[in-house]
Amino acid sequence: MATMHLSLKATSPSKRRRELSKNLVAYSFILPNLLGFAIFTLVPMVFSLALALMSWDGANQVSWVGLENFKNLLDDSTFKIALKNTFWYVGGTVPLTMICSLGLAVLLNQPIRGRNIFRTIYFFPYVASLVAVAVVWNMLFFPSAGPVNEFLRAIGVENPPRWSASVDWAMPTVILASIWRNMGYYMIIYLAALQGIPRILYEAAEIDGASAWQKFRYVTVPMLTPATFFISIMLTITSFKVFDLIMVMTNGGPGRATNVLVIHTYNTAFRQFKFGYSSAIAMVLFVLVMVITIVQFYMERRWVEYSQV
Amino acid sequence: MRTFLTRGTLRTVLTYTLLLALAFIMLLPFIWMLSASLKLDKDVFRFPIEWIPKDPQWSNYKTIWTRIPFLTFFANTFKLTVIITFLQVATSSFAAYAFAKLDFKGKNFLFLAYLGSIAVPWQVYMIPQFILMRELGLVDTHLSLILLQAFTAFGVFLMRQFFISVPDEILDAARIDGLSEYGIFLRIMLPMSKPALATLTIFSAVFVWNDFMGPLIYLHSDSLKTIQLGLRMFIQQYSADYSLIMAASLVSVIPVAILFLAFQRFFVEGIGTTGIKG
Repeated sequence: MATMHLSLKATSPSKRRRELSKNLVAYSFILPNLLGFAIFTLVPMVFSLALALMSWDGANQVSWVGLENFKNLLDDSTFKIALKNTFWYVGGTVPLTMICSLGLAVLLNQPIRGRNIFRTIYFFPYVASLVAVAVVWNMLFFPSAGPVNEFLRAIGVENPPRWSASVDWAMPTVILASIWRNMGYYMIIYLAALQGIPRILYEAAEIDGASAWQKFRYVTVPMLTPATFFISIMLTITSFKVFDLIMVMTNGGPGRATNVLVIHTYNTAFRQFKFGYSSAIAMVLFVLVMVITIVQFYMERRWVEYSQV
Repeated sequence: MRTFLTRGTLRTVLTYTLLLALAFIMLLPFIWMLSASLKLDKDVFRFPIEWIPKDPQWSNYKTIWTRIPFLTFFANTFKLTVIITFLQVATSSFAAYAFAKLDFKGKNFLFLAYLGSIAVPWQVYMIPQFILMRELGLVDTHLSLILLQAFTAFGVFLMRQFFISVPDEILDAARIDGLSEYGIFLRIMLPMSKPALATLTIFSAVFVWNDFMGPLIYLHSDSLKTIQLGLRMFIQQYSADYSLIMAASLVSVIPVAILFLAFQRFFVEGIGTTGIKG
């Protein structure tokens, strides 16, 4: 590093020109992407901060309102419900998806035939279009005549739930659909991590007379903590942003039963044209995601084990 | 020894039973979709379920194309998928080469901006984006979606992760041989990166094909809508034509299913690269 510094100080004009052309070549590689990225992502990102402090219907005069949008949030009953629903959804989805995807991965990590076929099947719902998935779920869980309730009645359940049509069951139904759809994706991350655990650890545990459960608890689980950490962050962020699935399954209803923050943001922006206010809601979402991610990173060293095997 | 053997067999039987039961749960909605799409509306909800319809209504698959401009929706989605994916793969790998293998002023700062933007939910800046597009007069055009989705930080990040693993010695040897950076990129880097390019291609294509919120915000004319919007339109207009809805849903899933089955190896590897090493 020191020598490099020296040589830089003693640059001749030709050397400086070479440095410049080196930079220009690099910029020419980046420019096509950067141009689009800066204009259509970075600028709007910065502007969204300012927009949250404005009042604007998109047509008339813009006015600065400072923190008023945020003050109004406190009296917005839909916002409060959306906030509660978002936590309900995240709290249900994140742990259950993690448990299910870990279960699938452990199951697939055994010496079985047709592993690739099973892996493909479990992963498939993740790539299937959400609109198609949502509509078939709604039909399967159709309260009066859907196959799920017919089946429940056939085995003796007298009053099966009304699923996405009922205020109480709509959120659990959405959570169930989301777990079914996403667990294959996280299963693959877990599977990759499982295959990275050295066999020798299990052999050592066997010599010590460990049972299958003990091997899982004291070898597999600790060795998987980096993957678990990564998945918990990814899942939390994506769950806070849930939109499509709810939009097509319940449209935020019935009533406001599945109205989450992004649905509320969408409705205030594109149905009521309150751009400033809607940005304030989005900003709350952003701060929530940020704070929770930072807390997760802070907790990391307490439970994540990065072994040096 | 005997008990050991039977215990092992029991365990195998249990494992496969569980695997098959789970596979059934994962596929059930799609099997039901197929079965229902070949029935008459009145038979869709008949219980117990008749999995293989006695008198399959293949005509349902003809009818859907006449009820709504399904073909237009398909063509639109196909067009958007191809253009966005191509631009995304081209510009991302181009930029990723500079981030992975070249030194230049402001590299760390720019890369941090790219990386940081991945953590910001899209919903936070979708409104300013919409206002920008409206000022540019691009709302209700395909160009708006192309511009918004073709230049992503995710693509750059994924390609960079791969490029970085290519040894510098190979590139240095080419530089000594007098190849320009563009030549190295085209003749050495790209040919070596086929798996990464395939991964990004398939991720991008599946995303664009299945995207719902983007088209919902930007595309309003029927002649511009995509398959996902079309499917939802169909569901809302013909909410009681259960078998037709199922036929339309199945048709919308098929292209992605084919793409996925053909390239699933890259999917799995891609998740491994971005997921763990990221």
